[in-house]
Amino acid sequence: MPYPTTLKASEVSLASHDVDAVFIFILAIAGFFFVLTQGLLIYFAIRYRKKKGVEEATPYITGNHALEVVWIVIPSLLLVAIFVYGLTVFIKMRTPLPNAAEIQVTASQFTWSFKYPDGRSVANELRLPLGQPVKLIMISRDVIHGFFIPAYRQKQDVLPGSYTYLWLLPKQAGTYDIYCSQYCGTGHSLMRATLIVMPQPQYQAWVAAELQKQQAGAQSPAERGKALFESAGGGGCHSIDGSPKVGPTLKGIFGSRVTLTTGQSVVADEEYLRESLEEPNEQVVQGFQPIMPSFRGSLKQDEIAALIAYMKTLK
Amino acid sequence: MADHPNTSLPEDRGYLSEHGFRSWALTMDHKRIGVMYIWTTLGFFVVAGILALLLRLKLLVPGPALFSDHTYNVLFTMHGAMMIFLFIIPAIPSALGNFFIPLLIGCRDVAFPRLNLFSYWIFVAGIAVTVGTLAAPMDTGWTFYTPYSAQTSAAVTALSFGLFLIGMSSILTGLNFIVTIHTMRAPGMGWYRMPLFIWAMYATSVIQVLSTPVIGITFLLLAAERVFGIGFFDPAKGGDPLLFQHFFWFYSHPVVYVMILPAMGIVSEVVPVFARKPIFGYKAIAYSALAIALIGFLVWGHHMFVSGMSTVAGVIFSFLTFFVAVPTGMKIFNWIATLYKGSITFESPMLYALSFIFLFIIGGLTGLFLGALATDVHVHDTYFLVAHFHYTMMGGTVMGLFAGLHYWFPKMTGRMFNETWAKSAWWLVVSGFNVTFFPMFILGMQGMPRRYAEYPAKYQALNVVATVGSWFLALGVIIMFANFIKSLRNGPLAPDNPWRGLTLEWQTTSPPPEENFHEIPTVTDWPYGYGSRNEAPRE
Ligand code: HEM
Ligand SMILES: [Cu+2]
Ligand SMILES: [Cu+2]
Repeated sequence: MPYPTTLKASEVSLASHDVDAVFIFILAIAGFFFVLTQGLLIYFAIRYRKKKGVEEATPYITGNHALEVVWIVIPSLLLVAIFVYGLTVFIKMRTPLPNAAEIQVTASQFTWSFKYPDGRSVANELRLPLGQPVKLIMISRDVIHGFFIPAYRQKQDVLPGSYTYLWLLPKQAGTYDIYCSQYCGTGHSLMRATLIVMPQPQYQAWVAAELQKQQAGAQSPAERGKALFESAGGGGCHSIDGSPKVGPTLKGIFGSRVTLTTGQSVVADEEYLRESLEEPNEQVVQGFQPIMPSFRGSLKQDEIAALIAYMKTLK
Repeated sequence: MADHPNTSLPEDRGYLSEHGFRSWALTMDHKRIGVMYIWTTLGFFVVAGILALLLRLKLLVPGPALFSDHTYNVLFTMHGAMMIFLFIIPAIPSALGNFFIPLLIGCRDVAFPRLNLFSYWIFVAGIAVTVGTLAAPMDTGWTFYTPYSAQTSAAVTALSFGLFLIGMSSILTGLNFIVTIHTMRAPGMGWYRMPLFIWAMYATSVIQVLSTPVIGITFLLLAAERVFGIGFFDPAKGGDPLLFQHFFWFYSHPVVYVMILPAMGIVSEVVPVFARKPIFGYKAIAYSALAIALIGFLVWGHHMFVSGMSTVAGVIFSFLTFFVAVPTGMKIFNWIATLYKGSITFESPMLYALSFIFLFIIGGLTGLFLGALATDVHVHDTYFLVAHFHYTMMGGTVMGLFAGLHYWFPKMTGRMFNETWAKSAWWLVVSGFNVTFFPMFILGMQGMPRRYAEYPAKYQALNVVATVGSWFLALGVIIMFANFIKSLRNGPLAPDNPWRGLTLEWQTTSPPPEENFHEIPTVTDWPYGYGSRNEAPRE
């Protein structure tokens, strides 16, 4: 997908078009001063360079009050204009939208989790219906993160211990990147998610299908574990295909022999996996950082069992 | 070599006559202390520069490469922290300031020479502690944002202590300079006869004395939180993480002026000398330095528009921010106007001074996008910001420093450097710099966040360009330093006043004697009386 830069005033969301307009406005002013100052700098440097061998007398000019006033007043006025324009669009971005659907966003090292009004939660993928205003209510489980949708020109830090908000208004169907913009640790650059904007009918169909899957209930423990793995964000740090991420891969983990940072080597049995979920930093695999959050309390015992069942299937 | 008349050892090596470790380590001569600061800070510039080259090397490819993501994070933290705290903050003020403030105002030393030596050694102690923390490498970024910095296993506490010591050195040096400038000017040197470098150093010292205690307190609170578990910033303990950011930027914003004002002072000295013209708008330049220093204390919140700070606060900070742009713009216009009808020559100090103006204009104008609320929301914490501050800090301050090093090299060492090599180095530095950092503006506009060890593949092309640029930049810097080091031994002897400058340091020998001037000069005019006065005097 060709990537929209700030100069292609794009109408994809609430404020993207306006932000780009401000950008272009500033660019025009900055461009004017760029050409003026660099032009004079280079012109004077060439025009008044010392000619071969001749030491020319230079005039004794020490200043000029009128000029001094001009270059205080004119830039000041333009700066105020930039300030006001930037301010108006900023206020627009931060003004609550009526009838906004509320979505809870929880950030944790290094996963985004989105909880929909109907109670479903999904990791690292946010689906929104076209044209529907949305209010994101965001909080972090650990350190500060930053929720950033470049195509929407919107960004907001996500804090532990207090909510921050973001209003979205998707105006074009498509798939967009979501990044973490506030440095949050080892996996910061991999803390990415996807925003999928769908036309209303498709979106409804998707919701219905998801709900049905959920109600089908009678999942096997391994299936349930797979769903938990995805919704709790295990995939943010661990791959299931053998490639290393922030944490070790889970492919073939069950029954394998792992070497710990202490040099000890242990077999990854059920007990080892349980401990890795509840006390993750007691036993850390060599080559990795002790950064995994503990799931004690947030996962029930049968959920942990389901996760272990799932890990057994990752051959 | 020895039989070449120009390069034979001179009889009188001035303040450099004495040899041996003690003659340096225990010296109270501001010039020798200045030289020690130069070696120390440039040493860290080289180390942090090598780290930067490693960072860039890794960014050649979008995915995992070369070293782990964690190592990348450690490296950018060390690169940033060293560049800021060990190089750019002390580089011009403590190094060139120490050497040249007494020479430019015509006195024999700073007001408190013993304190000056003490400042140097606590600076070294601070460095020792800071570098000692490498045993448990830190990965918080140079901004140390809580709660991450309070949770990571790294040695933030020890580091805080190191930076505390370095900060103390800044405060003492600043005080020393303020007193020196107030009380020790040569007879006849009223305030408006002071060189503009002195005005700049005065404003800088005021900022250092007023703002550095805040960072000291901040780091102490951070240490208290980690060691005693008192919750100041960690919400889990009932603290407020934004409080840390306010504290941090209350110091770190004014400090960007500690970085830039001295460089502006150097440019204000160099431009008139090589244009053979009086500086245009002396008072405007002098007072704009003070204005920048004062307004600079009121704008820290512009680093926090998307941090969760209230909308109203954002609006106020944005408004104030634009006001710093006015005095900054004035200086640029004044320098350019100084060139008008000059008789300009382009020796390396002038080339670097002009590059400062050229690059700083770009750095300053891109600041408008960051100061305006709507656009900052998009480009904040992206590569746009990385490009912006490298244009101001490296394109600005470092070019100013290079201008100063070339300008004053003959005075400091008594030797001339090789101008041809200096010019080739300059070409590489300036073109390499632009190839490295300009693409980052575009990357940032396209949304690539900063501090990204791995990045989506669509950003690769421009990252490759930037990395290749960094090699040219590095080559230029290597040539520049090699030229300096070779000239220290073999350069032709420098005349007392190679650039025909009018400031006082050129009236003494190169290198100056230990007491600076055999006889303290009496000042009868301002230091920018170039040009012929009977030709249309104006004011
Ligand atoms: C020698 C040329 C330089 C190169 C190639 C370079 C390159 C870089 C790179 C690649 C980053 C990491 C960006 C990221 O991942 O977010 C960075 C960050 C940084 N650089 Fe440089 N840099 C150079 C010189 C300087 C200088 C001279 C200064 C200041 C005086 C400086 C100050 C910083 C700071 C403060 C950071 C931010 C670190 C952080 O995010 O915590 N750099 N630089
Ligand atoms: Cu992050
Ligand atoms: Cu700032």
